[in-house]
Amino acid sequence: MAWSASLAALLPLDHLGHYLHWHWLLISVANLTVIVLMVVTFIAALLLPFPGRRRRKESK
Amino acid sequence: MSTTEVDRQWTTRLRRRATAKLPPEKLLPDTQPSYVASWIYVFGVTTLAALIVVIATGCLLAIRGPQWWHGSYIGHFVNSMHLWSVEIFFFAMVIHLWGKYFMAAWRGGRSLTWVTGGVTFLVSILTAFTGYVSQTNFDAQWISTQAKDGINATGGGAYFNVLNLGQMLMWHIVLLPIAAVVLTALHVLLVRVKGVVPPFADTSDAS
Repeated sequence: MAWSASLAALLPLDHLGHYLHWHWLLISVANLTVIVLMVVTFIAALLLPFPGRRRRKESK
Repeated sequence: MSTTEVDRQWTTRLRRRATAKLPPEKLLPDTQPSYVASWIYVFGVTTLAALIVVIATGCLLAIRGPQWWHGSYIGHFVNSMHLWSVEIFFFAMVIHLWGKYFMAAWRGGRSLTWVTGGVTFLVSILTAFTGYVSQTNFDAQWISTQAKDGINATGGGAYFNVLNLGQMLMWHIVLLPIAAVVLTALHVLLVRVKGVVPPFADTSDAS
């Protein structure tokens, strides 16, 4: 139980969420974080080399 | 039975048509084209893997019921697995969608593949929404009372009542999962029939 309590203290989920507000745009920090992570993952997927790709090309 | 009679049977005709369209080596291929060796191509199958976990954990939740998922450690664990697999499902599906959009994946007669993927995305949003309002907690009550005004404004509230827990639960665990799974199966079969969309041809030195 102790470890789960300390983990809960690290990520307090029983508080009101934080929101960012610019003019008409209102978004929670949690949702914005997920969107940023998706964009980062998308760019990484385009740029990072795929394992075995070079080996596959050499064997041709 | 004569050969002509066998040829005219609907089972014979259907089997011949299915195997001509999708022979076993095309349905479960040994290799993929070299351009598939890129991270951007893994998000479709990640979505599929997450969907399998969503369905499996959803079945466990259906077997044991709300008292179990609210009141026991293992119930909490399976409930969290259901939530987080849905998070991964949408995370991977959106990146898959972006990747296919920028590849113009509807090229080469693949428009139906693109459309089935798009409709599956919309059905998945509705499935997730009915899941949120079926949690049987204060979060579900908050979401459903907020959503009812939006749904009522469309005129759909008489048929799709988000405050009716029984109706929302049935949509969430019967109708929408059937639609999502059938559409996903159709989408995957179309990918197998038409093949994975190739990258755009390099025209940088064409002139």
